[in-house]
Amino acid sequence: MIQKPHVDWFALSPSLSLLGAAGLLLMVAVFVPRRWRGGTAAFVGFAGFVTAFVFAVVLDAKTPHVVELIHDSMFRDRWSAFAQVLIAGSGAVAVLFSVGERWSEEHVAEYYALLTAAGAGMAFFVQAANLMTLFLGLEWFSIGLYVLTAIDIDLIGSLEAGLKYLVVGAVGSATLLFGSALVYGRTGQLSFDRIAAAGHAHDPMFLVGLAMVIAGLGFKSSAAPFHMWTPDAYQGAPTPVTSFMASATKIAALVVAYRVLTVTFPHDQHLWRLTIAGLACASLAWGNIAALVQRNVKRILAYSSVSHAGFMLIAVAAANQLGARALQYYLIPYAALSLGAFAVVAARERELGVPVTLENLAGFGWERPFLGVAMWTFMLGFLGFPLTGGFIGKFYVFAAAYDHGFWWLIVVGVVATMVSAYYYLGIVRAMYFRESADLQLAPSGGSPPREFLLSVGVTICLVVAVGSFFAVQPLIDVAKAAARSLPL
Amino acid sequence: MNAWLTTILLLVPFGGALLVAIAPLPGYWLGSLATLTSLIEVGFWITSAGRFHFGNPSLQLSQQASWFKDLHVSYHVGQYAFSVWLVGMTVVVMAACTIYGWWVGRTRPRLYFSLMLLLTAAIVGVFTAQDLLLFYAFFEAMLIPLYVLIGVWGGAGRMRATLTFVVYTVVGSLLMLAAVVAYGLHEHTFDLTQLPQRSSTWLFLGFVIAFAIKAPLFPFHGWLPDAYREAPAEVSAILSGVVSKAGLYGLLRIAIPKFPTVANDWRVVLLVLASISLVYGSLLAFRAPDFRGVVMYSSLAQSGLIVLGLFAFNDLGFDGAVLQMVNHALISSSLFLLAGMVERRTSTGELRLLGGMARGRPLLATVIMTTGIIALAVPLSSSFAGEFLILAGVFQQHWAWAVVGATGIVLAAMYMLRAISAVLHEEVGSAVPDSALDLRLGELAVVVPLVLCLVGLSAWPNLVSGHAKPPAPGWTAYAPLVSNKATK
Repeated sequence: MIQKPHVDWFALSPSLSLLGAAGLLLMVAVFVPRRWRGGTAAFVGFAGFVTAFVFAVVLDAKTPHVVELIHDSMFRDRWSAFAQVLIAGSGAVAVLFSVGERWSEEHVAEYYALLTAAGAGMAFFVQAANLMTLFLGLEWFSIGLYVLTAIDIDLIGSLEAGLKYLVVGAVGSATLLFGSALVYGRTGQLSFDRIAAAGHAHDPMFLVGLAMVIAGLGFKSSAAPFHMWTPDAYQGAPTPVTSFMASATKIAALVVAYRVLTVTFPHDQHLWRLTIAGLACASLAWGNIAALVQRNVKRILAYSSVSHAGFMLIAVAAANQLGARALQYYLIPYAALSLGAFAVVAARERELGVPVTLENLAGFGWERPFLGVAMWTFMLGFLGFPLTGGFIGKFYVFAAAYDHGFWWLIVVGVVATMVSAYYYLGIVRAMYFRESADLQLAPSGGSPPREFLLSVGVTICLVVAVGSFFAVQPLIDVAKAAARSLPL
Repeated sequence: MNAWLTTILLLVPFGGALLVAIAPLPGYWLGSLATLTSLIEVGFWITSAGRFHFGNPSLQLSQQASWFKDLHVSYHVGQYAFSVWLVGMTVVVMAACTIYGWWVGRTRPRLYFSLMLLLTAAIVGVFTAQDLLLFYAFFEAMLIPLYVLIGVWGGAGRMRATLTFVVYTVVGSLLMLAAVVAYGLHEHTFDLTQLPQRSSTWLFLGFVIAFAIKAPLFPFHGWLPDAYREAPAEVSAILSGVVSKAGLYGLLRIAIPKFPTVANDWRVVLLVLASISLVYGSLLAFRAPDFRGVVMYSSLAQSGLIVLGLFAFNDLGFDGAVLQMVNHALISSSLFLLAGMVERRTSTGELRLLGGMARGRPLLATVIMTTGIIALAVPLSSSFAGEFLILAGVFQQHWAWAVVGATGIVLAAMYMLRAISAVLHEEVGSAVPDSALDLRLGELAVVVPLVLCLVGLSAWPNLVSGHAKPPAPGWTAYAPLVSNKATK
């Protein structure tokens, strides 16, 4: 008789509801007639994400203290619950964007199944409390994303992007796995807090393991110099997938990175703080400079996501309560901004039938005023301008860096923001300052599709992006409660 | 009610902007809605000025609400005596410019008018914010509407103009952001009324460079020629009339009172830069080939003069600077609007193509003449009063500064008379058609109130200069420094 551990099913409810939705979607793929399949699948996927969202909110409310589950392999705490809320929310909005995409009818249900499965993987990943669950979660959502990137085989570059992502992502996973093996080999422990307690802080093998774990997580959060897959994968993937990757993957990777570093490696703080600060500088520099010369809007946004990884890594490098709070807060507007920006790109893409560049955005702001104003807001939000949460997020990150005495990181961040003004405002300029007639753009046929659901999704993103500027206090309270879960 | 007045001054244009953005009305009615809003704003300003106790030097009409507690940031607005005048000049000039935009029938009225109202809200916010972060947010928020107003409705070179404008301003404001973060977090408050004085040169420079770019002062004025020439006339009027005052206000409200010792150390540098701006700007205005060129370089000169007054570090200079800010806002916005009116008739602003416009156009001649005469500080005019106070104040620092200031006034007479005669008198210019009309009723309705304000101030300059007293604790802090110097 095998002794079964006690399982707190409620703590796993966000993952499980998404997993359930994925299973249901596979049924939909087989049993629902073709005509209704797309709509049904989208509905089930949306319902799955919303259920997970609700469960995560309740979980966040009902988890005052950190609890370790199932032989210390999972955490139940507010740090992960808050991230799950954001991941599930991003997924739900990404489903809204996916409906209007031209999926081949045969695979539409599988698409949503993969999306929910990847979401389940992320929800699992953020709860990871030992090296096994960490790696399991990472692979779980990564494999989903590899396939999602390449799912639209009619799209030029989609397969190529998927392959690139697979190869580079596999290197990242392997690095993480090797690093975990070294850490385990040195300490003989799997769970995060026991590794810290084992105290091999200055052992070379242990430190090599730490470095490889950082690199592995760096790949997933697309921090430079581990970002090479980002522009290609973001550009090649179907745009709704890109929007989900840009927001949810980053949330998962950074939240986990913060936890792994603070819980598992507290004695080497002086080392990884500087390493992370270095990665932050590299991401800020590389992301912003590379974005300057791009013409393809998805690539610009991809490099912008690299630079935002840099901003959030500043909060990780600070490694204090304020930094943890700053990261959790920053992720709220950031997720909304990336989702929304890619949704607007998707709308233009569907209208023109070609990849969106700065040239063929011309006149977009006048032709579709709502999406134009929304895109404008998102760009200003990325830039960190007032009236969007991006401003407060940046401010908090700088405050965290200042709190730790990393004033030079503030300088780097400020210079990076100056540079980024060029390309973010360049998108506004492309949309408003030129007429589409100047460039003789012809829509691929008829008036633009109405895309009610996409507009709803963009509205949600807009409300979150602007609302997080005004409602700072309640959001910070939640982020503060989440940050208390970490031993800082 | 009194506590709400300042908030109402912010909410009226902000609400008006939202209303214009979504109201299902045709373009002409949007313009009238915006006009109505801007006039209501003027009405509320008159109310607030009426309820303000000018004998009382403390903060009045103030309101405070916590924004986010952990970093001690709050929504705190209120007015000092000088802020009342600066807000007043803002709402009056903004109303005139909005009406002008309505009268000339700007294309794409929905975006145009909502941006004008948004800009009004942002500028009023800059002058009334009593929290450093809130001040910064409004300061940044001014940039967005201006960027689009120049970029969409500007002249042929607008792309270049917006780029330089944005590069300069963003560099300045982000330096300020770094200073804001470091200053506020160090003091554990962002409340301007409570922030203690500091003696950090870096912080001082971070603020001063941002303000010097906005004002502009001599080496930081590179954005000025392109932006002022390419912007639509009424936007140039706003830029030189009120937006530049935001920079000067920053010196007056933050740089000097919060860093008195550093300001004293850097006094000579700033006085030299101000003198250069004054003389160099005047010379450029004298050589400028077009009407707008004269007005815009005279703005540079006037900024220099006002900075001379501020860095005189005494009440005379302070009163003169505040009076001159109000004067110059009214003068320069009317001159830019007049330049726009001339350009509409002749489709050029080049002085060599203009001339002889006085003949048969008595109203145009009278209005340009009156404004010009007041601009060149003829005795009995309000700008004479302002400049006299400034010179008297700066004379107490050293007689040399007063000599420079007086030179500037002589040069002002030269460039202004040159411009007036080149437009109104001399031979009829080749670009002036006989059919060019005199000022129409709509144009008079815009300019005449501004000129009447100037005439009124000429009759009673003490209305502003005698009612602009700085509150005792913050501003007189530098008075002992000066008197110490005198006793040595």
